[in-house]
Amino acid sequence: MPEITYLEALRQGLWEEMERDERVFMLGEDIGAYGGAFKVTDGFQKKFGEARVIDTPISEAAIVGAAAGAAHMGMRPVAEMQFIDFISCAYDMLTNYVATARYRAGLATPIVVRGPCGGYVRGGPFHSQNPEAAFLHTPGLKIVYPATARDAKGLIKASIRDDDPVIYLEHKWLYRRIKEQLPDDEEILTPIGQARVAREGKDLSIVTYGATVWKALEAAERLAKDDGLSVEILDLRTLLPMDDAAIVATVRKTNKLLIVHEDTRTGGIAGEITARVNEQAFEWLDGPIMRVTAHDVPLPYAPTLEDFVLPQTDDIVKSARWLAAY
Amino acid sequence: MSPHSVPDTRSETPAIPAALERPQLLELYRYMRLTRTLEERLVALYRQSKVIGGLFRSLGQEGESVASAYALERGRHRDILSPLIRNLGSMLVMGAKPIEILRQYMAKAESPTQGRELNVHFNDLEKGYLGQISHLGDMVPVMAGITLTFKLRGESRVGLVYIGDGATSTGTFHEGLNFAAVLRCPLVVIGEYNHWAYTTPPEKQYAVKDLADKAKGYGIHAVTVDGNDVLAVYAAAKHAIERARRGKGVHFVEVKTYRRKGHAEHDDQSYQPPEELEWWAKENDPLDRYAKQLLENGWAEQPELAELDRAVKDEVDRATDACVNDPLPAPQTALPGVYAHPAAAERLWFRML
Repeated sequence: MPEITYLEALRQGLWEEMERDERVFMLGEDIGAYGGAFKVTDGFQKKFGEARVIDTPISEAAIVGAAAGAAHMGMRPVAEMQFIDFISCAYDMLTNYVATARYRAGLATPIVVRGPCGGYVRGGPFHSQNPEAAFLHTPGLKIVYPATARDAKGLIKASIRDDDPVIYLEHKWLYRRIKEQLPDDEEILTPIGQARVAREGKDLSIVTYGATVWKALEAAERLAKDDGLSVEILDLRTLLPMDDAAIVATVRKTNKLLIVHEDTRTGGIAGEITARVNEQAFEWLDGPIMRVTAHDVPLPYAPTLEDFVLPQTDDIVKSARWLAAY
Repeated sequence: MSPHSVPDTRSETPAIPAALERPQLLELYRYMRLTRTLEERLVALYRQSKVIGGLFRSLGQEGESVASAYALERGRHRDILSPLIRNLGSMLVMGAKPIEILRQYMAKAESPTQGRELNVHFNDLEKGYLGQISHLGDMVPVMAGITLTFKLRGESRVGLVYIGDGATSTGTFHEGLNFAAVLRCPLVVIGEYNHWAYTTPPEKQYAVKDLADKAKGYGIHAVTVDGNDVLAVYAAAKHAIERARRGKGVHFVEVKTYRRKGHAEHDDQSYQPPEELEWWAKENDPLDRYAKQLLENGWAEQPELAELDRAVKDEVDRATDACVNDPLPAPQTALPGVYAHPAAAERLWFRML
C-alpha cells in the first residue's frame, strides 16, 4: 500500500469522481492552467479539459451561484474557494440561495464548496479561518471536515455523490504533514454524518475535529504516559449533521467531556455540542463540560501571537488533567 | 367602434414587424391582459385578507415582461428564464397557471411550494422558469450557471434573467454579469429601468444615464429600448436571444418603463410625483398603446380584443373559484424536505409534551 499525504488523498478522491461521473466538473480561481494555489487540482485540466476544470474570475458569489445553477440542471459541480476565508464573500449565495433551494422550491443543488482552512501556518487574519460555525446555523447545508488522509479522500467522494450541498473544509496544516497508507484497490467512501473514534479510552472524552484531532492525540499520549489517564478521542468528521449518537456514547462511557476546536470560542461549535449533551446525557456527566478553543480575537500573524491565540497540545493536556481531577 | 364601421383596409395593412404573425400578436395581447386581470383579482383578494403576505403589482410593466419572454423558445426543456416580482407576465408566457399564482399568494397547501414561499417565488424548470429569491442580483450568477451548463452540453438553449434598475447596484449582479461574459454564456439580461427601487429614484441609485452603459463596461453587447413598446421589446429581445443562441455570448437589453404602483400594495407612493404617475398612466400605458397599435394597423379588431378580455376574466374567475376556499398546509408539513437525506427535520421535544 502506498503512503500518501492528506492533500494527495483529496486529489485522488477528486480525480476518481471526475473519472467516474462526467457530470462532475470544477470551477474556481487559478485551478485550471496553474493547478490551484496549493496544487490540489494540478494536472486536472490537462486530463479532463478546460470545459470540466474551469478558471473563473475572482468572484466567489458568482462561483457558488453558477455552481448552483449548474447543479439544478443535473451537474455535480465542485467549487473551490482559493482560501476558505473567502467563502464569506459567497455567504449570501450559500445561506439564502443554495441552502433553501430544496425546501422552498424543490430544487436539488448537489454542489461541493471546498477550500483550505485553518491556522498554525502563520497565515494571518485572512488565510487561517475556520468558518464552520457561520454555516452550522443554516438548515440545508452539510459541513464535513476531515482530519485524516483516508477521510480527506472518503469525504470528498461522499460529498460529490451527496444530493445536498456540502461545504468541505480541508486543513492546510494537514495537507502535507499527514501521511497514511491507503489501499489503491479499495473504493474509499466516508459516510457523511458519522464520527470516528480516533483513540479508545475510559477516563475522559475529547470531542474534536480537523487539525486539533492530532493535537488531542498528542495530548492523550502524554496523559497516558505521565498521568496514567485513558483518554478517548472522537473525531467528528462531519459537523452538520452532527453525530449525536457517537457523542452521547462516548460521554456515557467516560462521564467527562472536553471539547476542543481551533475556531474561536463564542458561538463556536463547542457550545452546540454542550447543549446537545446537556439535553441527551445530563445524568451521565461527572463534571462540567469544558472547552478548549481559540481566544476570541482575529487570528494574528506573528508566531508568538498565533501560538498564544490557538489551542495547543499543552492546553489540552492541562485542561484534561484539570477535568480528570474534578 | 363597431366592426361594421371599420373600412376594409386589409390590403393596405402595414406589415407586421419582427416576423410575427397575427395569432401571435393576439397571444401577446392576451398574456398582457391576463397579467393585469390576474393582478386586479389579487388586489381584491388582498383587500379581503385572503392574500396572506404582500402584493406586488407589475402595472405598467406587463408589456416588457410578456414581450421579452415571448421571444424565447418555449416548451419542455427549452429556454429558461428567471423572473422578478414584477414579471408575472413572463411566467404566464412560460406556462405558469393563474391558479398557481393565486394559490401561492394565498399560501394554500396545494400551491407550487406547498405554502413555503410567497407570490411568484416558484419554479418549473421543465417549462422554463426559475423563481427568484428576495436577495436581488443573486439570480444572475445562478442563471450564468444554468446557461454555462447549456454551453458545456452543447445544447442550443438560452437563458434570460431580469434585473431591476436598483438591483444593478448589487455585487452579485456585477459578479454574475462579468462571470457570464468571460465564460461566454448564452444569457440575455433584461435590465428593467422602471424609475423606482422601492422609494429610491435613479439619481440616488447610479451615476450612469442608461443601465446599458454598465453592461457595456463588461464587454457585453447592450441596447436600450422603449420598454412600453411591446413589439420593440420583442424585436430587441429576439435579436439578443438568437445571437446568444448562436454562441455570441451575453446580451443586455435595457427596457425603459415605469412602475405605476408602489413597491407593494401597502405603499402609498407619496414619493412619486402625481403628474409623473398620471403621464405614464394616460400617455404611456403598454396595454393601451399596444391595443391602439393593433387596431390602427388593422392587425386586430375591437371585438376580438373584447372577446379576449372576456375569456381572460372567465379564466381568472374559474381559477379563483377553484382554490379560494382551499385549506392552508397542515402544520407538520413544515418539517420534510430541507435535505434529500435526512428526509425530514426532527420534531422538537416540546411539541411532543
